[in-house]
Amino acid sequence: MTEILPPLLPLLVGIPLLMGAVGAAVRKNKRLRHVISLGTLTALFAFSVLLVIATHDGTVLAHKVGFWDFAPQIAIPFVVDALNSLVLMIICILGITSVMFAMATHEARARFFHPFVLILMAGVAGALMTGDIFNLFVFIEVMLLPSYGLLAMMGAKLGAHGARIYVSVNLLASTLLLIGIGLVYATAGTVNLAELHGAAVEDPAVAVGGGVVLTAISIKAAVVPVHGWLTRTYPMTSPAVTALFSGIHTKVSIYAIYRIYSILFDGDEKFLWVALLVTSLTMLVGVLGAIGEKTTRSILVFHMISQIGYILIGVGLFTGLGLTAGIFYLLHHMIVKASLFLSTGAIEETYGTGEIDRLGGMAKREPLIAIIFMIAALSLAGLPPFSGFVAKFSIIMATLEQAHYWVAAVAVLVSVFTLLSMLKIWVGVFMGKPPADLEENALTYQERMHGKRYLRVQAQAENPTLTIGPPTATMSAVLSGERAVKIPAKLIIPGAILAGITVFFGFGAELLMMLSETAAENLLNPQEYVEAVMGS
Amino acid sequence: MSIAIAVGLLTAAAVYLFMQRGMIRIVLGFILASHAANLLLFAAGNTAFRGVPYIGTSDYGEGADPLPQAFVLTAIVIAFSITMFMVTLAITTTGDDDTENDEDSPAKVLTAPDKDDAAGSKVDTDSTGAVGAATGGADASPSSPVHDFEASDFTAQDDDAAEPPNADEGSDR
Repeated sequence: MTEILPPLLPLLVGIPLLMGAVGAAVRKNKRLRHVISLGTLTALFAFSVLLVIATHDGTVLAHKVGFWDFAPQIAIPFVVDALNSLVLMIICILGITSVMFAMATHEARARFFHPFVLILMAGVAGALMTGDIFNLFVFIEVMLLPSYGLLAMMGAKLGAHGARIYVSVNLLASTLLLIGIGLVYATAGTVNLAELHGAAVEDPAVAVGGGVVLTAISIKAAVVPVHGWLTRTYPMTSPAVTALFSGIHTKVSIYAIYRIYSILFDGDEKFLWVALLVTSLTMLVGVLGAIGEKTTRSILVFHMISQIGYILIGVGLFTGLGLTAGIFYLLHHMIVKASLFLSTGAIEETYGTGEIDRLGGMAKREPLIAIIFMIAALSLAGLPPFSGFVAKFSIIMATLEQAHYWVAAVAVLVSVFTLLSMLKIWVGVFMGKPPADLEENALTYQERMHGKRYLRVQAQAENPTLTIGPPTATMSAVLSGERAVKIPAKLIIPGAILAGITVFFGFGAELLMMLSETAAENLLNPQEYVEAVMGS
Repeated sequence: MSIAIAVGLLTAAAVYLFMQRGMIRIVLGFILASHAANLLLFAAGNTAFRGVPYIGTSDYGEGADPLPQAFVLTAIVIAFSITMFMVTLAITTTGDDDTENDEDSPAKVLTAPDKDDAAGSKVDTDSTGAVGAATGGADASPSSPVHDFEASDFTAQDDDAAEPPNADEGSDR
C-alpha cells in the first residue's frame, strides 16, 4: 500500500479543485451541486482514512510532484505522515457536517457556496501536505481566497465590516509570511523543509527568518497578542461558515507551527519559553474576553482563542508526552468546537438570534439540542467521560512532567472559567422562561433570511385588499398558536454527529491517543520525514 | 543597498497608509507592502547576478537565481487578485469606503428592524423588473441574461420567495 499511495497524493488537491470548477459550471441544478460537493468531501474523507491507516505505524509517504529525482530539493514534495493525515481526516468530517448544516439552512443553495467550499478543501489539503514553505504560502492563499468569498457572501446580511477586517488581517499576515520566506531563502538558500532540517539551530540568521515565518503564521492562528481579528470576524458570518472556518483556518496554521518548529528549529529548547509564555497568555486572555460577550457565538469564538493556547502548549513543551497531548487536544478541539457552533447555530438559525438575553427555556423546547450542547460544552471544559477530559488531563500531566507548574496552574484555572462560561450560555439560553416575543422573532428572522412568507401575511392582515400569495400551512398554524416553532431535525443532525464523535473519543481515547503518539514521534524525530523527501 | 532602502521606504509608506480610515487607502497600503515583500524576495536571489536564468544561455556563475523570480511572479498574482477583491469590498454593501464600525454588532439583526434588509430590497428590484416587463421593456425583464451572474448566484434564496416573482403584480395585469 505504501507504494501505491504516494503518487495519488496530488489527487487530494486536484480532485476538489476540479469538482469545484464543475460545481461552478452547474448553473441551475442545485441538487447536482449538493451531490457533487458531498460526494467529493466523502471521497476525500475516505482517502484520508486510508492515509491514516497507512501512516499509523509512523511511515512517512512522500511524492515528488515534479518527478525530478535528480533534484529532490526543488521537486515540489507532498509529504503525509500521521499528523497531517489525522488533521485532514478531522477536517473532512467538519467539512461534511458544515455543508450538511448549510444545506439545511439553505445557504448552500447559493450558486458559489459549494465550489468555494471545495476549493477551500483543496487549499487545506495542499497546505497540510506540502513539504515546502513557499508552497505552504501558496496553498494558504488558495485556502483563503474562497474563504473571503464565503465570508463576504454569508456576511453580506450583517454588513461588510467582518469581511474587510478578515481580508486585511490575512493579507497583512500573508505579506509578512512572504517576507519571512524571503529571509529564509536568502540565508539558507532553500525553502524545502526537509533540506532546512535543523537550519535554524545551526545559523541564527535562519532562525530570524524562521521567527518571522512563525510570527506570520501565529497571526493566522490567532495567538494572543495578535488575536483581535478572530473575535471581530467569525461572529459576522453565518453559523455554518463559522463552524467550517473554526476547524480549518486557525487549525491549519497550528499544524504549520508544529511542523515548522519540529523541522526548521529541530525542537530547539532555546525558544520554548516564548511559546509557553504566549500560550499561557492566550489561554487567559481568551477566556477572560468571553466574559464580556453577550451572544453565544462571540463567547464561543473567545473560547476558541483560549483553546488555541492549550493546543500550543504541546509545541511549548516539545516532549513526547507534550506533543502527543497537544495533537490529541487539536483533534478533539476541532470536533467539539464545530459541534458547539452547529448546535448553537441551529438555535440561531431557527429563533433568529444568538443573544443570550433574547433566548431562554430551550431545554424544555428543544431537549435534543440541549443534550448535544451539554455534551460538547462539558467536553470543552474538560469533564469526563468526554474527549476533553483526556485532552486536558494529558496536557496538564505533560506540563507537570517538565515542572512548568505555573503553566499547569493557568491551564486548570482557565478550564474552571471555561466551565463558568459554558454555564452562562446554559443558564441564559437553555434554562429560565422563554421571552414573550420568541416565536415572532423566529418568524421575522426566517422571513428576512430565507424569504418565508410571514411578513407578507402580516401585510395582508393590515391591508386586506392587497392580494398576496397564500400563507403556508405551517406559517398560519404558528401564527394562530396551534404549533410552536421547532428546530428541524436536519439542523440538529450535523451537531449531533460531532457530539457523538467526542463521546466516542472520550470512551475510546486509546485509539486516538495511539495515533497522536505516532504523530508526536514523527515530530520528535524528523529524520524519517527528511529521508522520505530527500532519499530515493 | 538601493533595494534595502526601497524596501524600507515602501514599508514605511505602507504602514502610514494602513493607519488611514478609508478602505481605498488601506488597499493602496497593501499594494506598497506587497511591493516591499516582492523586492525583498528578489534580493534573496542575489541581484549581483543578472544573467538570463535559462540553461545554456549564460554561465552558471552569472545567471540569476530563477527560484526567487518564480516566487515573485506567484506572489504578484496572489496579491493582485486579493487587491481586486479588497477594492470590491470597499465599494459594496455600504455607502462609502469608511472602515469605522457603526453600532450594530454581529448577530444583532433583529435589534434594528427599521434598517433596510436584503430581503426587502430584493423584492423591490424584482417588482420593478416585473413592471418593466409588463410595460413592454423586454430588456428589463428579470429573466433576460444581461449579466452572466445573477444576484441569486451569491445569495441563498428560498424557493418560497423565488417561485412567483410577484403574485400581486400578476393580479394587477
